[in-house]
Amino acid sequence: MTAPVSISLDVNGERVDALVLPRLNLADFLREQLQLTGTHVGCEHGVCGACTVRVNGEIVRSCLMLAVQAHGAAVQTIEGLSDSGEVADLQAAFRDRNALQCGFCTPGMLMAAQDLLKQEARPDRDRIREHLSGNYCRCTGYQAIIDAVETTARARGGRRV
Amino acid sequence: MKAAAFAYARATSVVNALDLLQAHGDRAKVLSGGQSLMPAMNLRLISPELVVDIGEVAELRGISVTGDTVRIGALTRHVELQRSPEIAAHAPLLTEAIAHVAHPAIRNRGTIGGSLAHADPASELPACMVALNATIIIRGKTGERRVVATDFFTGIYETALSAQELLVAVELPAARRKSAHFFCEFARRHGDYAIAGLAAQAVVEGDLFADLRLAFFAVGNRPVLAKAATKLVNIAITPAVLSAALAALSQELDPQSDLQASASMRRHLAGVLLTRCVGTLLGRSDLGAGGSA
Repeated sequence: MTAPVSISLDVNGERVDALVLPRLNLADFLREQLQLTGTHVGCEHGVCGACTVRVNGEIVRSCLMLAVQAHGAAVQTIEGLSDSGEVADLQAAFRDRNALQCGFCTPGMLMAAQDLLKQEARPDRDRIREHLSGNYCRCTGYQAIIDAVETTARARGGRRV
Repeated sequence: MKAAAFAYARATSVVNALDLLQAHGDRAKVLSGGQSLMPAMNLRLISPELVVDIGEVAELRGISVTGDTVRIGALTRHVELQRSPEIAAHAPLLTEAIAHVAHPAIRNRGTIGGSLAHADPASELPACMVALNATIIIRGKTGERRVVATDFFTGIYETALSAQELLVAVELPAARRKSAHFFCEFARRHGDYAIAGLAAQAVVEGDLFADLRLAFFAVGNRPVLAKAATKLVNIAITPAVLSAALAALSQELDPQSDLQASASMRRHLAGVLLTRCVGTLLGRSDLGAGGSA
């Protein structure tokens, strides 16, 4: 009854074919089968946001999605966003504004922050705080994280003008 | 934690999903967005033998407006409701409420049908359905049946849906001229489940409520359509009238105590919400909006 299921998906621009058990969540699939360990597994019930990845361009909780549900989808992890340089400035701002701390929440924070900055050029601090409210930082480094996102938004906005 | 092992079936149509549910009954669970089901499975609160994934059933998607009726397919995601111009025009209560449903990453996956079928008494959408006097459309092997929202929710995580049936859509009456809405919840963190919340839909004629539906959530085992609203309809609202409504509300609510709040705190917060709702909808700051209950 619980036989492995064959899936095909695109992960960070590369085609992946795999056999997965239905119970395997997308986060564990990325980490254990593809060794993409930037996606972190925290609470495993959708509260902490450490497992945030993009599926078909939109951020999702990869602990609340089965790998079998990603069949046919395009998945982007923090490795993909980092390697392509899409979040290079955001990463630099996190470093400069001391927003990294232990780093466990950082991949999810970057995924969520980049999602906001793609939708809105100049979010204010309240908006940033609201958009990141689904991501926990165990070091409680929230102020510095908001600073880093705000700094990046300003810099990107400046480039556009 | 991880979910226990289960078998998986990707439904190709509503009929196919119903066949699977017919064959497996309550040993099966329907997976739509997974934002309530997966946490429950990961916490081992439930361990279905079969998961029927309806995520690809296109006929369950979409928002349409026909005459005075707004129909929302069960698979419509929260983010689609939030961005829908039809919903903003004809059911603005939902547009406002969705901003309080979890967080962006969860709103991208969660569906209206999933939220309603899960029936968490502290969640926003069931209360909105009660406030909006929605009809829940259910399909089974023998056909379709329609249940009004106030009858659909029967207890904590309990609904009128049987294990062999599928929630396929909801229908709402489109907001009329002079309609007004109010939504507010108290939560520990923006997007978390409410400690107490209120979704309200009203018709305001001049200084009076011609109609008022108050659906409180997180203060009972299901969304509560407050009878206290009758004390506020077609009457000039004075502090005394409001006090009588607050007293009636306090009598009819039977909130639970839990780690987040005591029953008396929830009763108090419900009164604060009622006061804010009346003051906001009538534009009456003199009624002590945000004041004590």
